[in-house]
Amino acid sequence: MDVKHMIVIMMSAVFVNNYVLSQFLGMCPFLGVSKEIKNAAGMSGAVMFVMLIATAATWPIQHYILHEKGLDYLQTVVFILVIAALVQLTKIILKRYIPPLHDALGVFLPLMVSNCVIFGVTITNINNDYTFFEAVVNALGAGGGFFLAMILFSGIREHTQNADPPPSFKGIPLTLISAAILSLSFFAFGGVVENLFGH
Amino acid sequence: MDMMIIYAAVLVAGIGAVCAIVLCTASKFMAVSPSDNRIEKITEILPMTNCGACGFPGCSGYAKALVSESPPAETLCIPGGAEAAKKLGEILGIESSVFEHQRAIVHCAGGSTAMNKKMEYSGIQTCMAAAELFGGQGTCPFGCLGYGDCRDACQKHSDSLNPPPPIAVCINDDLARIVPDLCSGCGLCVKACPKGLIAMEKDGVSPVVKCKNTQKGAAARKSCSSACIGCRKCVSVCPDGAIEVKNFLAEIDYEKCTGCNSCIGVCPTKCIQPVKQTSPEIKA
Repeated sequence: MDVKHMIVIMMSAVFVNNYVLSQFLGMCPFLGVSKEIKNAAGMSGAVMFVMLIATAATWPIQHYILHEKGLDYLQTVVFILVIAALVQLTKIILKRYIPPLHDALGVFLPLMVSNCVIFGVTITNINNDYTFFEAVVNALGAGGGFFLAMILFSGIREHTQNADPPPSFKGIPLTLISAAILSLSFFAFGGVVENLFGH
Repeated sequence: MDMMIIYAAVLVAGIGAVCAIVLCTASKFMAVSPSDNRIEKITEILPMTNCGACGFPGCSGYAKALVSESPPAETLCIPGGAEAAKKLGEILGIESSVFEHQRAIVHCAGGSTAMNKKMEYSGIQTCMAAAELFGGQGTCPFGCLGYGDCRDACQKHSDSLNPPPPIAVCINDDLARIVPDLCSGCGLCVKACPKGLIAMEKDGVSPVVKCKNTQKGAAARKSCSSACIGCRKCVSVCPDGAIEVKNFLAEIDYEKCTGCNSCIGVCPTKCIQPVKQTSPEIKA
């Protein structure tokens, strides 16, 4: 596996196929925990961590257990089961070692149990026939992309909070519009990675 | 085919069992030490409106701080009042210090009737924003801006309660006024005012100096017709020696003031006012 190939996978997960802004997965934490940069960074950190261990756990399960025994159709059930357990594990670890982050994430930690962005990454890894190493790199990129999107968006929201929009735009409408504009700006990355590194 | 079904069920159950074992071990090894049950008792006493007046992140933050090694004063919960302070003292096993109910007082008598405009401000209609631009549109650099950041803070506190009480702040003639009887003493408006005009005073103090202008007499007079010009008339008339003039601004020491109100009559700019008189008919 050459380095260039890994960079292409990584960069396309972060920028071109950003799971949040281009594939619209993980909208719930994206809109829910993005009011303050601090909480957004904490949530992204937790998602990145879960994404990474979820990939590391589901890839072997798919390839060595499910595929081997011809039980590929159990993929969804088993993946959700494994991810749910991993999120619970993360919750226990956070509660023990970083209680402020645990309190700040609040209801969003349990929500991550069935979060589509984590599930989406693990499924994409299998569908794209990635090797284990490629899958881990893709998960890292997806986590990085999620982090980037969350930080950018919470930065925008912190600023729009001080703005004085017309009453009809206040609150959720303004949030959704700024999310749309941020998402549009990410479409500019289309083709950049392929042209830079050659596919 | 039957074997396939059993096999699938066993596989999913097995993976589930492995996850369960891992989770059980983790929760055993990384168990959080049982939290102090005093925290729960304290949170029952606190109003749980998370108004933030105590200076801690929410009521639970204050409850946690109270049982810590160096606990803060138990009288910090202003909305809880004397009752909460007494109960907290019982739980913590300390003699509760005397709780004094406090009311917010606006130290400005300016507004559009007393103060001219030095410019026309049409920016964001909040005190915080207006104060950033040359200190607002009024001529007095210390005066009330009248966009009602304090009213918004009061509204926020009111909304957090059930049922929401009427808000204590109203803005008349571009001047914030606080109705003493409606003020719960949460102190949120004190933090909201960018000019630092609102102060918490012991309930029932009167009269008050409704000015924060520290300019010299002539300049203060030019800024606002209700400004304290530092003439010391009130100092000489006060029988208790409770008034002092610092930086051309009169200050009343409520430890000494007996509330005789003799200073009110002599003040040439009428910036010393009794508290009750300022409660206006609510227009806003």
